[in-house]
Amino acid sequence: MAKRRKPKAKPRVPTRRPVLVARHRAASRAGEALDLARCERFLLHEARLLDDGNFDDWLALFTPDAWYWVPSEPDQDNPHDTVSLIYDDRRLLETRVRRLASPRIYSQEPRSRTSRIVSNVSIEDSGNSACTVRSKFLMIEYRRDSQRLFAGTAFHRLVQADGGILIASKRVNLVNCDEPLDGIVVPF
Amino acid sequence: MSNIDAELARLIAPGRVHRRLYTDPAIFELEMERIFGAAWIYVGHESQIKKPGDYFATRMGRKPVVVVRDDEGTVRVIHNQCAHRGAMVVATDKGNAAEFTCCYHGWTYHLDGRVKAVPLNHGYPQGFDPRDPKIGMLPVPRVKSYRGFIFASGASDGPSLEDSLGHMTTSLDDMIDRAPDGEIEVAGGVFKHAYDGNWKVYFENLCDAAHPLFTHRSSIDAALEQSDEAHSDGSGEIAIRQMRQNGAPYSFWESQVGIWTYPNGHSYLGDYHDDSKLVAALKDPVFRRYIAALERKKGKVEAKRILEVRRWNSNIYPNVSLMSQFQQLRVVYPIAVNRTVVHAYSFRLKGAPDQILRNAVSFANVVNGTGSLVLTDDLEIYHRLDMGMSSEGCEWLQIGRGYQSDVPDAHGGRRGKNSTSEVYIRNMLDAWLALMTKGQAAPVRAAS
Repeated sequence: MAKRRKPKAKPRVPTRRPVLVARHRAASRAGEALDLARCERFLLHEARLLDDGNFDDWLALFTPDAWYWVPSEPDQDNPHDTVSLIYDDRRLLETRVRRLASPRIYSQEPRSRTSRIVSNVSIEDSGNSACTVRSKFLMIEYRRDSQRLFAGTAFHRLVQADGGILIASKRVNLVNCDEPLDGIVVPF
Repeated sequence: MSNIDAELARLIAPGRVHRRLYTDPAIFELEMERIFGAAWIYVGHESQIKKPGDYFATRMGRKPVVVVRDDEGTVRVIHNQCAHRGAMVVATDKGNAAEFTCCYHGWTYHLDGRVKAVPLNHGYPQGFDPRDPKIGMLPVPRVKSYRGFIFASGASDGPSLEDSLGHMTTSLDDMIDRAPDGEIEVAGGVFKHAYDGNWKVYFENLCDAAHPLFTHRSSIDAALEQSDEAHSDGSGEIAIRQMRQNGAPYSFWESQVGIWTYPNGHSYLGDYHDDSKLVAALKDPVFRRYIAALERKKGKVEAKRILEVRRWNSNIYPNVSLMSQFQQLRVVYPIAVNRTVVHAYSFRLKGAPDQILRNAVSFANVVNGTGSLVLTDDLEIYHRLDMGMSSEGCEWLQIGRGYQSDVPDAHGGRRGKNSTSEVYIRNMLDAWLALMTKGQAAPVRAAS
């Protein structure tokens, strides 16, 4: 960490922001069906928030009891009996996002820049107000003179809430999940 | 003493080490021969090969080997190399086999590595005999288990495994003793993480009680500020407690943790969790059920003795680190002078409630996980060490903290008067020099 010459004060610990308000919700019209086009728009919106580093807004897309999971094995059965590259219940996801804003997150000094392509979106199963969406993604991460490429399949459990969409769970299957990997800091 | 031995000896001085140890490719090559090719190297656990024919592929240093249980039930470690043209024979991570077959020309091997059959076995020069013990997937010279932990050595002679482990057998015992049924098994998958840096800096960080408060500041702050009202299924709770505990003040790290070192480069750090904060806190209902199971099988007195062993990372030089309280084991694989891979395993305590393994998995995710909020800052440090050490600014690195105050230990080792003493680094470097010069260099130049 490069020390500033004249630190004005101790680095400010980011304050916790309200996390339950999905900001894009206002843009959605109540009563709209949870169809493919709408789900796809939602995923693109999510990818954009992540690429832009708007992690607080990204967190606001999740339900209060959501989980976020990146398994360590192909076809991993569950996140409890086997280790995971990332397995965050809602509480840990909040901590992860808060840390991303810390001025002392040395693994993000310098910050990563990412670029994601989300495609091949399909609805796997759907009910009245919830559905599971499968999508493919490619993510380029650039940091400190090197670039790496991630690819995989995401499964989002999306739920309707007050006319908006929230993520009840997100599972990300990386094609190279069992490769020896350098640290993963920016979420997929 | 040869010229090269003398040169190596000049790179370590009291309280200092030359940066070349971490950056010089020639030294790395020599380490692969003299340390990873000669010392007792941890290769795996017997629970990974329970039945005859069970095998897994791994590496000793950079050399691919197969660890296999043969038809008689004996654990073998054989080179993963065909005797014909040298191809790697076993290409799957693990499995069960009746024999090994090379995919190039079909040479087959018994599970102990002896040649079973050679196709087109004619026209070879006189004297070619596939039964020649020098032809085969050759065995690594020495293989020895300590209570299920398999070690192998590339040297045909040298100190026995038990002599080499010395007092550290008590840390291996501690892993096993915690199982009510007296048995442990690898479970819960494996993490494989990597960094651009030297293998030694990983080992040198495992007992470093002075770094968490600084290096892990971002996760400490984020965890301290986390509301416990937010939903958790239990796994996040364990992670957040661990991150908060990393924020204990320097005074705590200095005086209440403890650092012990033993001959041959081994060391362990004391526990830095008080009982009310320990993830397996005594008031936790799952832990209470676990203690009850332990007491039923072992008796109250023995159960108390087992639970009062309070060690954090136990490091068996040069390549394995254990953490008994959450059943963790890490293996270090040097890839290049500036590239290292680490595998992190969890163990199931047989006879303990299922939730104990789940707690170990949650703990592994936060401490050893590739996407951990904690480990990722360590990986960053290892890379920065490599980048910084390539500078010619300071040729000598300081490893002198505690140099004047370390004290002898009752079991033949030395411990830090303060827990933040760098005695464990100096101790590893003593072992490094002894191995690298085959005992020719004057010992204990680094030790206090």
